[in-house]
This record gives sequence, C-alpha cells and structure tokens, in this order.
Amino acid sequence: MRPKGMRKVTGKVGVCFATSGPGATNTVTGLANAMMDSTPIVLITGQVVSSLLGTDAFQETDVVGVTQPVTKWNYQVRRAEDIPAAIARAFYIARSGRPGPVVIDITKDAQVNELDFNYEPVKSIRSYKPESPIDFHQIEEAARLINLSKKPLALVGQGVIMGNAEKELLDFIEKSGVPAAWTLLGLSAMPSDHPLNVGMLGMHGNYGPNVKTNEADLIIAIGMRFDDRVTGDLSKYATNAKVIHLEIDPAEINKNVHADVPILGNVKKTLPILTDKITKNEHNEWLKEFKACERIEHDRIIEKEIHPLDKGMTMGEVISKVSAAFNDDAIMVTDVGQHQMMGARYFKFKQTRSVVTSGGLGTMGFGVPAAMGAKLGRPDRQVCVFVGDGGFQMTIQELGTIFQTRIPVKIVLLNNNFLGMVRQWQELFFDKRYASTELINPDFQTIAKGYFVPSLRITERDNLDDAIKQMVDAEGPFLLEVVVEKEGNVFPMVPAGASVSDIRLE
Amino acid sequence: MTIPLKEEFTLSIYSENHVGLLNQITTVFTRRHINIESLTTSESAISGIHKFTVVVFATADNIEKLAKQIEKRIDVLKVFVFRADEIIHQEIALYKVSTGSLLGGNEIEMLVRQYGARILEITPEYTVIEKTGHKNETQELFEKLEPYGVSQFVRSGRIAITKNKKELLETYLKKLETDEVQLN
Ligand SMILES: Cc1cc2nc3c(=O)[nH]c(=O)nc-3n(C[C@H](O)[C@H](O)[C@H](O)COP(=O)(O)OP(=O)(O)OC[C@H]3O[C@@H](n4cnc5c(N)ncnc54)[C@H](O)[C@@H]3O)c2cc1C
Ligand SMILES: Cc1ncc(C[n+]2csc(CCOP(=O)(O)OP(=O)(O)O)c2C)c(N)n1
Ligand SMILES: [Mg+2]
Repeated sequence: MRPKGMRKVTGKVGVCFATSGPGATNTVTGLANAMMDSTPIVLITGQVVSSLLGTDAFQETDVVGVTQPVTKWNYQVRRAEDIPAAIARAFYIARSGRPGPVVIDITKDAQVNELDFNYEPVKSIRSYKPESPIDFHQIEEAARLINLSKKPLALVGQGVIMGNAEKELLDFIEKSGVPAAWTLLGLSAMPSDHPLNVGMLGMHGNYGPNVKTNEADLIIAIGMRFDDRVTGDLSKYATNAKVIHLEIDPAEINKNVHADVPILGNVKKTLPILTDKITKNEHNEWLKEFKACERIEHDRIIEKEIHPLDKGMTMGEVISKVSAAFNDDAIMVTDVGQHQMMGARYFKFKQTRSVVTSGGLGTMGFGVPAAMGAKLGRPDRQVCVFVGDGGFQMTIQELGTIFQTRIPVKIVLLNNNFLGMVRQWQELFFDKRYASTELINPDFQTIAKGYFVPSLRITERDNLDDAIKQMVDAEGPFLLEVVVEKEGNVFPMVPAGASVSDIRLE
Repeated sequence: MTIPLKEEFTLSIYSENHVGLLNQITTVFTRRHINIESLTTSESAISGIHKFTVVVFATADNIEKLAKQIEKRIDVLKVFVFRADEIIHQEIALYKVSTGSLLGGNEIEMLVRQYGARILEITPEYTVIEKTGHKNETQELFEKLEPYGVSQFVRSGRIAITKNKKELLETYLKKLETDEVQLN
C-alpha cells in the first residue's frame, strides 16, 4: 500500500520488494488494489534457486501463477543476465498506457550471480499498444454533439490525473461551460471551489450530479470507467443522453455503458484537440438546476452534518474542520468505510493529486501505509489520513514503521465503535439486524503510546478545535482519535442496484 | 426483456511465444463463466508467433468484451473473432474398435467408406479409424460405430483458416509499424 500512496501523489512508479513465499503472497491484496485503481507499481519478489523450482522447496510459491490475475504483467527471471531487460520492460509496462502493477520474480541464483551490466530502456513492445492512434473523425463528431447539447454533463475520472491533464481538463470545461462532476478517484483534479465543479457522482456522491445524469442530453466521460458505484442500475442510467467516452483502454469502451462516440487515446492529447474544435459556450440555466439541487442537499443533509445540533460529534464536522485547519490544501488519504465517503464529501482541495484512497477494491487497512507513502512522495505537503476504528486495526502495526521512520503523517481516527459502513447497510436494508458490526475496541491511546506515537483522544465537541490545532502543529506524526456518533449514516445514497436518479436523501 | 442469443464463435488469438500464456488466456474465459468448447494451440505461419484457436458459445456482446480483455494481456498480439461462415474449420477424431467386430461383417467398412473416414492401423486385437470433419460429422460416425463397440474415442479441438482474401495478422503487423504512437 505504501508504494501506491507514493505513486498517487507524485505520478512516479512505486517500487517494493518482498521475500519469496509468504512475503510474496502477502502482497496479493496490494497488487489487486493497484490493478483495480491502475496504480503503476513494480514489485520484485525473491524466488528459490532455479534448479529447485517446482520441487516444493523451502518458501517456494508459484508467484507468477498467484499474481497473474492481479497484475498487468508478470515475469520470472532465472538468469542474472536477464535482469536488466526484465526490469526495463517492467517499468515501461507499469507506467505506460493504462498503468498497473507488474511483478518480477527473481530466483536466488539469478540474484547472486554476476553479469556484464547493460541497461537499455524499452521503447516499444510489439504485442503491446499503450495508446491508440487518435481518430480525428470521432473528435469532430464529439465536438458537434457538444456544440448542439443543451444539457451536457462531464464525468471526470482518475484518467485525467494519471494523464497529468488537469490543465487540459480545465481548458475544456471553461471553454465549453459544461458542468463537471467527478468520481471518487477523479477527486481533486479540479479545485473544490471551481464554479463549474458540481460535485461527486455515484452511491454517496452529491444529489445534483446523480439526479441530473438522467436529465442530461449528453454525457462526456473523461478518463473514468463507469464503475457500478457510479452508475447504479445500468438499464436506468443516462437514459436521455448520448455518450462521449474519452478513454485510453479499448477494453473500457462499451464495457458498461455504450459509447456513441468513443475517443480512444490519452486525454492529455485528445482533450486539447477537442477543446480546439468546440465553440465557447455557457450553460447558465442548466447550471442553476445544479445549484438548486445543491441547496436541497445542503438543507437536508450537509448543514446537519457539519453543524450538528445533537450532542454527539459527526464525521462530517470533524472532517470539514480538519480540512479548514490545513487551509483546504492537505493531501487527504483515507481508509475504507463511512469516514472515506465523508472525507470525499467534506474535505476540500486546491490542487490536484491531493487524494489517496482505495476505490475499486475498497481495501480496509490501506489508509495508514498509503499515508506514509504519500508523505515520502511529497514531503513538502501535509498528509492527513482518516481511518475508521475497524480498518485501523487491520494495519495498526504500521505505527511501528511510523515510529521507526518518523514519517510525519497526521492520523485522524474516527471512532464510531462500529464497522460503520456495513452497519449502515444492515440498518437500511436488513431491518437493523446488526451482525458482527459492533466493535469492542482496544484502547488506541495505549497502543499509540506503546509505539511512541504522540496521540490524543477527544469525546467532546468543545475540545475539537484545540485538538485539531495540536495535531496540525505537531512536527512529527500524530494520532488524533475522535469519538463520533455511533450510528451516523452517510447520505445521500443510491441504494445498490437502484437508478442514480432514485438517490435517497434520508 | 429479450435474452441475447448465444452463438458459436471461433477466436484466433495470436501471441508471443512465452510460457504461461495459455493460463493467462483461459482465465479471461473462466472469470466470465464462459465455457471453452474446444481449444487448440500451435505455432503460426509467422515464426515466433503462437496461435490459439478457441471455440465458445456466447453472445455477440460478450464476445466483443472478451476479445478486448484477451488483447489487453501484454503478450497477446491480436484477437480475431469469427462466426462459422467466415472460416473453414476441421476437427479430427480417432476411434478404436475391436478388429473382430470389423471382420464380423462389412458394416464397419461401409461406414468408413460412407463417412470418408480411413483406417490408420489394424492389429489382430484392435483397429484405429480416423475421421476429419466438423464436430457433428465425427459425432455421427461415433454414434454409428457405437453398436459395434468403440473402446476409445477422442476428438481434437478445432483448427480454422479464414476465408478472407487479406491475411489479417500480416496486415495487422504492418499496420503496427506504421501507426506507432509517440509516448511521452
Ligand atoms: C465504500 C466505497 C464507496 C464508493 N462510492 C463511490 C461513489 O459514491 N462514487 C464514486 O465515484 N466512486 C465510489 N467508489 C469508488 C469506485 O468503486 C471506483 O473506484 C471509482 O468510481 C473509479 O473511478 P474512476 O473511474 O475515475 O477511476 P479508475 O477506476 O482509475 O478508472 C480510470 C479510467 O481512466 C482510464 N485512463 C487512465 N489513464 C488515462 C489517460 N491518460 N487518458 C484517458 N483515459 C485514461 C483508465 O483506463 C480507466 O478506465 C467507492 C468505493 C468504495 C470503497
Ligand atoms: C479488508 C476488508 N474487509 C472488509 C471490508 C468490507 N467493509 C467495507 S467498509 C467496512 C467497515 C469499515 O469500518 P471502519 O473501519 O470502522 O470505518 P467506518 O465505516 O466505521 O467509518 C467493511 C467491513 C473491506 N472493504 N475490506
Ligand atoms: Mg468505524
């Protein structure tokens, strides 16, 4: 998870090493996570001596077999002289096209034998086309649809960030006047306060972009893959819209949503061509409809969440205060659960590459190690991670690494004494039959103390501001545990399998 | 809602000749719960390039997605998808019968002639018959021979050649050279 955190904030390939057998198998979750979220990683695993391969030798595992479904490419090296070429290929594949994780499994003898070193970077691979040639006719057609559209909606995904195309995106959005909504992983590609930024799509996204998806006459998907958390019931999705899909991976075109106009290629290159061909436009009436939705959402949900009247603290209020304390300019890392959705909803961003979260796999335990990676990658920025009491305990031993390396990450533990996200489903869809979701937690303060990580626990709203300040001002790492309301829910919500326009406000 | 129709498709998959590719390809099918009806692999006409011929029943929509997912594997060059009328295809079947039953009357010999099969080997104990053709043809002969006792019956996977005038793979390889995309 650490290399992933690093890569997300820097755009470079993350690298990690694991020993043969159990070391290698322990990386499978991280690889699956990277595969889902297209994170470029090169993992090098140790392997038994080549003459012992296939004999059940000590700590032998079929690493290539085990990791094949969760890697973009993997390869076993059995001779020292093959190492440079394999590594060159690994980096080329990991970072080009749609990025992804690569595993190079190196036998013990290959590791210790000598070779005449000669490194040649890979420039192309015959059987692998990272980018398709640009089809100008499709771009022409897309521009025509955009110019005709009365109710266009742009869906911004992580592809924009991976392609370093934030500037190109902004140019396109500002010239076209198209309201832009984002996926969880597209978050921070555009500043939170941009007037054309209309919020998050999907299950726990904002009211406007979900409802308006089914009113739009044109959907412009930019580097996003129509995940089911985004689309809900596909048969009732974007029912009135033509779809333009800008995407680097041919396998994503028509996978979930039919593209009337597919534009294959890197958005870094395709977006400027498209921007060039459209006429400058504004959609003020249409935008007003989003504003109206925002007001509804604000009155019915947001206000109560960030300025609660009840005694117990809510995740939303803690998160929005933490965001403000960092001048809305920190890197936000999250674990998985309610706090993750609340983070996406209430944290604010000024610059890109400010979010590290586990999207496609939803890997609990991801947050803390990813935060360390993010801080290593961007030592100049503040890194703040939100974790739940459940997920924190899945990689809590990383506090040891934090102590050992003194990586100054700020951990906000939102403790609701529940596996909150699952509890929410049990409440809403299973008649409140809570099964295995309530947690009897350890004393996190004692644990932090044992790892020599400075920490604080608060239970009262009156202490929140001071506690946050103490955490922000801390030079080194810091754990702030906030006890929040036990049974808070994340709303709005598109129930699983429902249409995006049937989004529930309560 | 109408249920999309499943049809028979033949996939020609061209790849680099690396170990482990078969596994990479078959997992794309198994993950999507698509049963492989038949599978054959061999070197292609172009040296260094391997060819897999796979027959499946699937919907046209599924097969398009499947082909793209296979092509996504780094070492796979290209996947071509064909319906039955776009290819010439064959399978081979071998039948082992007892020589006694062959000598007992002329029915088996008649069947061999009638079905365009041939006898590969005769020993005092057994006789091996070979027939090439489509699956339904080799199956039919099997059913005809069965009353006389077939002790072994095997059928190969499908091999196929396209009816196209242009050689798809070569055209594709040429195209690759011309439209190299410049990467940053
Ligand atoms: C508990 C939980 C709840 C969630 N709820 C939501 C939710 O409410 N809303 C939501 O949006 N998500 C939600 N998610 C996340 C969701 O599962 C997906 O991970 C997310 O929607 C994917 O976003 P994406 O398509 O932008 O990114 P990715 O999955 O990373 O896809 C990016 C796409 O861009 C393409 N691409 C990459 N580089 C380029 C390039 N240079 N040019 C062009 N294309 C490129 C890739 O091929 C890929 O198709 C949730 C996750 C969890 C764990
Ligand atoms: C490794 C793993 N196990 C289980 C899940 C299913 N799951 C998703 S969210 C969640 C609850 C998370 O609880 P917690 O960490 O306390 O966060 P909260 O939702 O309470 O904010 C669970 C169990 C998962 N995503 N990952
Ligand atoms: Mg919790």
